[in-house]
Amino acid sequence: MNHILVIKPPMAETHPHNRQIMGVDSIDLLESQAIFILREVAAECERPVLLFSGGKDSAVLLHLAVKAFAPGKLPFPVMHVDTGHNFQEVLDYRDERVAELGERLIVASVQESIDNGRVLDPGPGGMRNRLQTTTLLDAIQSNNFDAAFGGARRDEDKARAKERVLSFRDAFGQWDPRAQRPELWQLYQGKVNPGEHLRCFPLSDWTELDIWRYIERENVALPTIYFAHERDVIERDGMLLALSEWVSPRDGESIRRETVRFRTVGDATCTGAVLSDATSFEQIILEVAGSRISERGATRADDRFSESAMEDRKREGYF
Amino acid sequence: MTTQAPEDLVKLLRFATVGSVDDGKSTVIGRLLFDTKQLFDDQVDAVASASRNRGVGEMDLSFITDGLRAEREQGITIDVAYRYASTPKRKFVIADCPGHVQYTSNMATGASTADLALVVVDATAGVKEQTRRHLCIAALLGVRQIIVCANKMDLVDWDQGAYDRVVTEIESLAKRLHIASALVVPISALLGDNVVEASTAAPYYDGPTVLEALEAAPAGEWAGAHGGNEDAATRLPVQWILRQPGGGRTYAGMVDGAPLSVGEAVTVLPAGLSTTVKAIATPAGPVEIAQVGISVAVDLADDFDVSRGDIIVGSDDLPTVTSEFEATLCWFSLKALTPGSRFRLKHTTRSTPAIVALLDSVLNINELSLEPTASLELNHIGVATIKTASPLALDTYSHNRITGSFVLIDEVTNITVAAGMVGAPTLIEP
Repeated sequence: MNHILVIKPPMAETHPHNRQIMGVDSIDLLESQAIFILREVAAECERPVLLFSGGKDSAVLLHLAVKAFAPGKLPFPVMHVDTGHNFQEVLDYRDERVAELGERLIVASVQESIDNGRVLDPGPGGMRNRLQTTTLLDAIQSNNFDAAFGGARRDEDKARAKERVLSFRDAFGQWDPRAQRPELWQLYQGKVNPGEHLRCFPLSDWTELDIWRYIERENVALPTIYFAHERDVIERDGMLLALSEWVSPRDGESIRRETVRFRTVGDATCTGAVLSDATSFEQIILEVAGSRISERGATRADDRFSESAMEDRKREGYF
Repeated sequence: MTTQAPEDLVKLLRFATVGSVDDGKSTVIGRLLFDTKQLFDDQVDAVASASRNRGVGEMDLSFITDGLRAEREQGITIDVAYRYASTPKRKFVIADCPGHVQYTSNMATGASTADLALVVVDATAGVKEQTRRHLCIAALLGVRQIIVCANKMDLVDWDQGAYDRVVTEIESLAKRLHIASALVVPISALLGDNVVEASTAAPYYDGPTVLEALEAAPAGEWAGAHGGNEDAATRLPVQWILRQPGGGRTYAGMVDGAPLSVGEAVTVLPAGLSTTVKAIATPAGPVEIAQVGISVAVDLADDFDVSRGDIIVGSDDLPTVTSEFEATLCWFSLKALTPGSRFRLKHTTRSTPAIVALLDSVLNINELSLEPTASLELNHIGVATIKTASPLALDTYSHNRITGSFVLIDEVTNITVAAGMVGAPTLIEP
């Protein structure tokens, strides 16, 4: 046979590193990698902030940040970009969690951006997801933040799959996917000029399943809407939207009572619920492992506008 | 049980695609993901609909990783896409890298953490200069095993001559670049032959499919050890100082090279202070031994002044502490590098001003030889002598990928302009 050109004894048996890593599972490595990134950015940047939506990914990120700097306090505040269209369970969870940890919470309000004329009010029931970008960038600028940690994962979306762990934003908050900084090895470098900032994604290499396995292992507290419950919903564009003060039936739509849970948590006007009976971590993991629809595909109306919806939002400075 | 077994890590393979633009790297990855059913239904629908909209057939598999609008418009890959896949045998982290010469720094980003390179060659055209360049960079970055896809074999009716030509070209290249293991698989990414499904189209080939080869390849060279060297010694670059309640400090960082143990004799560099490890805290609590790749906080027996940028190392094998050294540079800037240029250098957790004092040579990609030069142009690989303002604790890159690597950063724009590896490349004479 001529297709194998050069053969050495298989390294898998003899390579010492394969011995060393026995006893370490891949979740341990992902956990350590995320902690490494959190510490590196905290050390390299002057004024970081941790973006916390109350969703499962930011819950894991906050949990990891606490571990990274224990027994001390976090060397940065926590910030929530509040669209004003939140699930009450998520706001309660956010406040409880921050109070429990005794950390600083900044709330950047989309409603204030509307009231101050920074963005146009899309009207009652209108989607505020895209408006968050202005609120976020204004808050980053007024607080002089030079780095913002986010819980985004590369497996979420094809544009996110392209993004660096430390992702540069220019003075206008824009991401240029055609001119990203090289990022070799684990040499994360966080220097920016005044007015510019970085988005930092310690969970880049995690998958949805990794997140759930870690939540189960660490018993990370989550908002109750992640678990199956009965709720009044409206079916719109193939998604189940929760009935709320911002979402009411349009012509031809009717209200149904279903047993659902949320697979992601975002603005209530564009985050869909999924039919589910999963009430425990174990049941959710089984459900996620068997799913045929991606997380954002199942639950996010804002990604359905165009082929490059996420990329377009990210270019403007979205999470 | 939802936690994974310890041996799962050995099952994790990180690989990067390498090859010239248009030879079909993204299509190979798309085929691999599609045929192993890694894609969600809505993702398949989205790719099919994007393909129809752009008039490129029912299903352009390259769109699975080419997710940027500009990439789909031009039909090229601009930046690395990271994908995560798993089969019953193995978990993969895939870095689908660009092949275009303009995006060489993005390719190096993807290859710097790879255990293996999946090289894609258009069998109708043979190994191109760009393939040589990227394979060369991957090898310099420490990739020691490659799987080569001789792609588009359907276009030459599976002609054995075309396949043999790729084998011959890869053979001479691999030997000179210290590549320990190379396998050439005749495939058609477009039709799926020999990627996941074995094909009878090439009767002269009786080796594994691409997927079988990926599942059988040794892993962990990067993910497990970072160093990739059997003699690697313990290295702990200090990232952060944690103040303990009631006084005392512990030093936070990630264990590299070899495991760190309580009671181990260690030296703090560059100061050269000797002490022992008193206690180790990990994210899971206190341990006696912390494995490579784990983030820890260590307590030392002596109360020294240790700061970010110092390195705690096993006392039995010390790195060299120096402020002048020879290194291999991959140059990423449009502005040519000339001797005397000044940068910020980042090595592990330490940043220091640095000067490229001398340019010794540039690598001739076609001849694979080092030639004298006065400057390094965009995407050139060269050997330079570097002087730093503060001393660094260095290993050679072949000894340890973490303590043997650094980047040069432009002091005005803060852009990374070079990837650096301590030591000169050793190329085997033909």
